[in-house]
Amino acid sequence: MNEQLTKLSTQVASGALTRREFISRAAALGVTAAVANAMLSSTAQAEEAKPVVGGTFRMGLTGGESTSTQDPALWASHVPLAIGRLWAEPLLRQLPNGELSGLVAESWEGSSDAKVWRFKIREGIKFSNGQVVTAQDALRTMERHSNEDSKSGALGIMRNIESMRTDGDDIFEVTLKIGNADLPYLLVDYHLMIQPDGGFDNPNAAIGTGAYVLETDEPGVRTTAKRRDDYWGGTQEEVAHYDNIEIIVLNDATARTAALQSGQVDVINGVEPKIAKLMDRAPNLQVRNIAGRGHYVFIAHVDTTPFDNNDLRLALKYAVNRQEMVDKILQGYGTIGNDMPVNAAYPLFDDTIPQREFNLEKAAEHYKKSGHDGSSIILRTADGAFPGAVDAAALYQQSCQAAGIPLEIKREPNDGYWSEVWNVQPFSCSYWSGRPVQDQMYSTAYLSTADWNDTRWKRDDFDAMLLEARAELDPAKRKEIYSKMGRMINEEGGVIVPMFNDYVDAISSEVQGYNDDPNASLMNWYAFKNTWKA
Amino acid sequence: MHPIVTLVAQRLALGILLLFAASVLIFAGTTMLPGDVAQQILGQGATPESLANLRAELGLNDPPVARYFNWLGGVLQGDLGTALTNGRDIAESIGGRLKNTMFLAFWAAVVSVPLALFLGLLAVRYKDKWPDKLISAVTLTTISIPEFMLGYILMYWLAVKLRWFPSVAILNDSMSLLEKLNAIAIPVIVLTLVVLAHMMRMTRAAILNVMQSAYIETAELKGLGMLKIIRTHAFPNAVAPIVNVVMINMAYLVVGVVVVEVVFAYPGMGQYLVDHVTKRDVPVVQAVGLIFAAVYIGLNLVADIVSIITNPRLRHPK
Repeated sequence: MNEQLTKLSTQVASGALTRREFISRAAALGVTAAVANAMLSSTAQAEEAKPVVGGTFRMGLTGGESTSTQDPALWASHVPLAIGRLWAEPLLRQLPNGELSGLVAESWEGSSDAKVWRFKIREGIKFSNGQVVTAQDALRTMERHSNEDSKSGALGIMRNIESMRTDGDDIFEVTLKIGNADLPYLLVDYHLMIQPDGGFDNPNAAIGTGAYVLETDEPGVRTTAKRRDDYWGGTQEEVAHYDNIEIIVLNDATARTAALQSGQVDVINGVEPKIAKLMDRAPNLQVRNIAGRGHYVFIAHVDTTPFDNNDLRLALKYAVNRQEMVDKILQGYGTIGNDMPVNAAYPLFDDTIPQREFNLEKAAEHYKKSGHDGSSIILRTADGAFPGAVDAAALYQQSCQAAGIPLEIKREPNDGYWSEVWNVQPFSCSYWSGRPVQDQMYSTAYLSTADWNDTRWKRDDFDAMLLEARAELDPAKRKEIYSKMGRMINEEGGVIVPMFNDYVDAISSEVQGYNDDPNASLMNWYAFKNTWKA
Repeated sequence: MHPIVTLVAQRLALGILLLFAASVLIFAGTTMLPGDVAQQILGQGATPESLANLRAELGLNDPPVARYFNWLGGVLQGDLGTALTNGRDIAESIGGRLKNTMFLAFWAAVVSVPLALFLGLLAVRYKDKWPDKLISAVTLTTISIPEFMLGYILMYWLAVKLRWFPSVAILNDSMSLLEKLNAIAIPVIVLTLVVLAHMMRMTRAAILNVMQSAYIETAELKGLGMLKIIRTHAFPNAVAPIVNVVMINMAYLVVGVVVVEVVFAYPGMGQYLVDHVTKRDVPVVQAVGLIFAAVYIGLNLVADIVSIITNPRLRHPK
């Protein structure tokens, strides 16, 4: 028995088994979970104690274009972000367990009303051009992303800032209009990379505090980087083992798979659920999936007929066969949604909110009650709305039909979908990548004044609760408020959430030290740190 | 003046006119597409302010006609401008991509053109016998399979199973010629299989057509061997239509291989163009469009000149 257990725990350390699988198998061998866990951590430590330094880490990634830049303000797809992680760092990062950890900022503290936040800049760290990082650089970075000329993707989350200042060389201070206990989480945003003088001189220069400097950068093709000797990291979370990093853009799914299988890259992202199970059987590689906060949605504008009728919205919500969608669209690589944009992957989530079940009778009943005239309800979709969006719409149409709801699908071109259909047409398919905390998810898309309020959800009582929770420092009270908000959206909102998608990546078995991270793909794009090749 | 010189001069003048027309069409087409470059860059994360700021910075608030003439003024002075999306110099970015595209097209042509001609001649020699049927069956099958499918099949066998060649055809400057050829081996095979049938069938048809002529019968009666008749009597008279088809396929190898580029992540012009059309980056689309149009016009011109040179009646007009 002992031998078997040892073998199993080594498998966990090398990533072939998940912790949960290990514990259940250990239980089958008659070992309690506590003992199994202890055993696991001792093996894991023994394994992790000998990382190999050196080598080249090669990533084959989807989501890159020849049009992309090194200006963090304009990053909107995966590859620019993955490259950005190499050369730049924000003030803080979020760890896999949801907690924060300092990068450019060494420590931080908020005032008791969560209105004033002070960040202490890590002492003596340098940009890759040799310049020492000061609070002034942090201040200028935040200014560039929030001033009136800003074209930054982070502009939306900077709105609540009233003023910013530095206090000496090492303290950067932010004062908010309304207190926000989650402010540090907002500054994790990948657009907010600290650049010398905020990047005002040359936002494209790719000079930051990251562990690597770019050597070649062909947008949409290939980027290489080499390790900086003067990188400040070395703590447990921030170790750079590899000498070189190579990122190859492989937008074609088959090309990505073949590159991993033929050993041309060490990790890939965006494994299609369709082939993930087959791939996992292949030798020398493993598929890693992790439930995240990203979700696929059908969004109805609650201020537009016929969706301004809550009975119709409820009818549409009851008519979704969520489990079928998770099984058929995500091939099981996901979890069912509950018509609200948050799930258990968020801190302070209330898991006692009842799950809405697939119920055709209730759908038919609410549909009848809504007094809808029976004309077609048009759902707009496109392949690019989310992977499998067209098929998901077709499944949805079938189940709606069974409830007597006349849903019609209108297929739109991918090109221009985000400017012409999403947030424009009253009922369409879309996706949300998750946010670090509930406050940010709700402020991004469910606050009356939010730029991306794609369901036109404008409720004063909801806004008031959001602001109240934001300034509340007692987690129990916040959780209660978030629970109320979640229930409200679930009952009355315009968002229909059939599923939360997993991040599905694949890594070569040579890669060691890989940890799943629910924040984003490939260890929240930090896979180049902390891992090594055997 | 020699008629060929006149023809070339006429064609070149016409070509320049055509390039202008193409640039107007491309500009109008890209401008008419829904959404502009600012919206495409910011995507789902756009806010009204960031859109307005980006538009102002990129000069998108000028009327389209003014933007077109600005661009035209630059091009006439040899300045292709900078990409709206990432601010890189267009001429420089295109330079590298064009080199790659030409490299792939060149080697695909070096393999496929002689092979197609040879197979065509062979098919004529054994007309209606099994080699003819086999050649036609195989080449028609490969042209009928979509390119990406051919790519995947070859990738599976040659890259994943046998590991002879890499599945990713990314080139860089530190590679030797041999390494580069190794990297593009599978794409070259795919492209060869795709263009082979067209050229082979045209060679076969054109030569068979000539073979009906009286002078071939004479040659046969003189006692010449079949291959010699084909080589010295039939082929020179069939060159014009064959060259036309070869040129069309060469043009295809330069401008039409975006699918192969995507499958093998090859950094050529096609992927570059598609990315910039998606982002509505008009100056880049214009520049690439002009190059593609120029390639078509140039290769057609070559085809015409070759047909004149090989035809004594056109070479020495009365």
